[in-house]
Amino acid sequence: MSAVKQEKEPLFSAKNRKLLTNPLNIDNPITVQVLGICSALAVTAKIKPSFVMALSVIVVIAFSNVIISLMRNGIPPRIRIIVQLVVIASLVILVDQVLKAFVFDVSKQLSVFVGLIITNCIIMGRLEAFAMSNKPWPSFLDGLGNGFGYGAILLIVGFTRELFGSGTIWGFHVIPESFYDFGYRNNGFMILPPMALIIVGIIIWIQRAKNPQLIEEN
Amino acid sequence: MYSNAYIYRYAGIMVILVAAILSAAATLLKPLQQRNEAVDKMQSILTAAGFEGVDAKNAIEMFNKSVTNMIVIDNEGNIVDDFEGEGKENSSAFKVNLKEELYKKSVSRPFQLPLYVVSKNGEKIYIIPLRGVGLWGPVWGNIALKDDFKTVVGVAFGHKSETPGLGAEIETPIFEDQFPGKTIFDENGNFVSIGVIKGGVVNMPANRQSHLVDAISGGTITSNGVGDMLQNVLESYEPFFKKQG
Repeated sequence: MSAVKQEKEPLFSAKNRKLLTNPLNIDNPITVQVLGICSALAVTAKIKPSFVMALSVIVVIAFSNVIISLMRNGIPPRIRIIVQLVVIASLVILVDQVLKAFVFDVSKQLSVFVGLIITNCIIMGRLEAFAMSNKPWPSFLDGLGNGFGYGAILLIVGFTRELFGSGTIWGFHVIPESFYDFGYRNNGFMILPPMALIIVGIIIWIQRAKNPQLIEEN
Repeated sequence: MYSNAYIYRYAGIMVILVAAILSAAATLLKPLQQRNEAVDKMQSILTAAGFEGVDAKNAIEMFNKSVTNMIVIDNEGNIVDDFEGEGKENSSAFKVNLKEELYKKSVSRPFQLPLYVVSKNGEKIYIIPLRGVGLWGPVWGNIALKDDFKTVVGVAFGHKSETPGLGAEIETPIFEDQFPGKTIFDENGNFVSIGVIKGGVVNMPANRQSHLVDAISGGTITSNGVGDMLQNVLESYEPFFKKQG
């Protein structure tokens, strides 16, 4: 877009790779930026909804990042938040309509999440912080990276909660019946949202212990 | 700096464009979506009646084969429409808008409700569609009764937006498998519906246990919604049950 011809950057330059990998660890949207917590609490009682939610957020965040990045030079700054929300909301509704027509089962699974995707602050956070000032390709990578970073935490929390809360993984029983005969019980607290917050807290703790650069000075 | 005129133009064009895209998508995809919804409804009806292996592909065929009558009754228990034959998805019983009819009931206006008769292994099973409210949105389902209009054969619930892992558990076998064998009338013939209760059915007096199921932990409001739904819908059929003897 710029008039000055710049040196062409390779598609997966070190900088671009960082966009993809940083959100998985030291710039994770949930554990470091602490965004999107509310959906992380709401849907992680089981792995399956966590997975569906992660997938939908990855798709929506990557494509809305690209769309906003393409539009970025024309968006009037005073209404940029509204423009961003319109893009996200229409994308989500469009995807939902298509799913309803062609894969009804998935759409039934997704019904709960549609509203949660639109209000997920990671998506708007990335549009505002990255896509508004970067080219489409880096924006796409940034969207993917953040989507994966979000999804990874969701799956870890979902896995833990389903395993200890219901004794199942992806709906299949993994804790043998004999355990229950010996008096093992599923932890009912695991399936309640507060436990998700505690698990996210533990993940943050472990992550900070391993990455001293994340610890604030004071 | 952008002028106000530019901002208005930008917003105007954007909104019209988005509206056009979304309404085009909605209009074009509507027939497919409606078909999916009808198939889903049939699946739910067949599942409640205890048929196994019902999927989106064979639902229409199985539905037309197994369902013998599509009945519409009024609030006094009279049959106003009884449809037999082919094309059951177009019968008036299949198209009754339950939400509207139950609203009419809530404001004490006359209403009409559907009833599906299924023949399975030579037995007649009566299926009643249900609709009520959960925590975040509507809950619905089907309940199948034996031809004594008393004993439950099976149920299938669904919901729009209950919390996964909590309220959403109403559509899992853990919850639904409690219903077969329960009865909606007590030994004196009084209508009692099926209660969804906290604290364990086993701790209840023996004569009430056959009218109760356990609620979902952490899903109290959804469970209450299911209980209210059963009470509200089934009591509307009481005059019909009484007339059938």
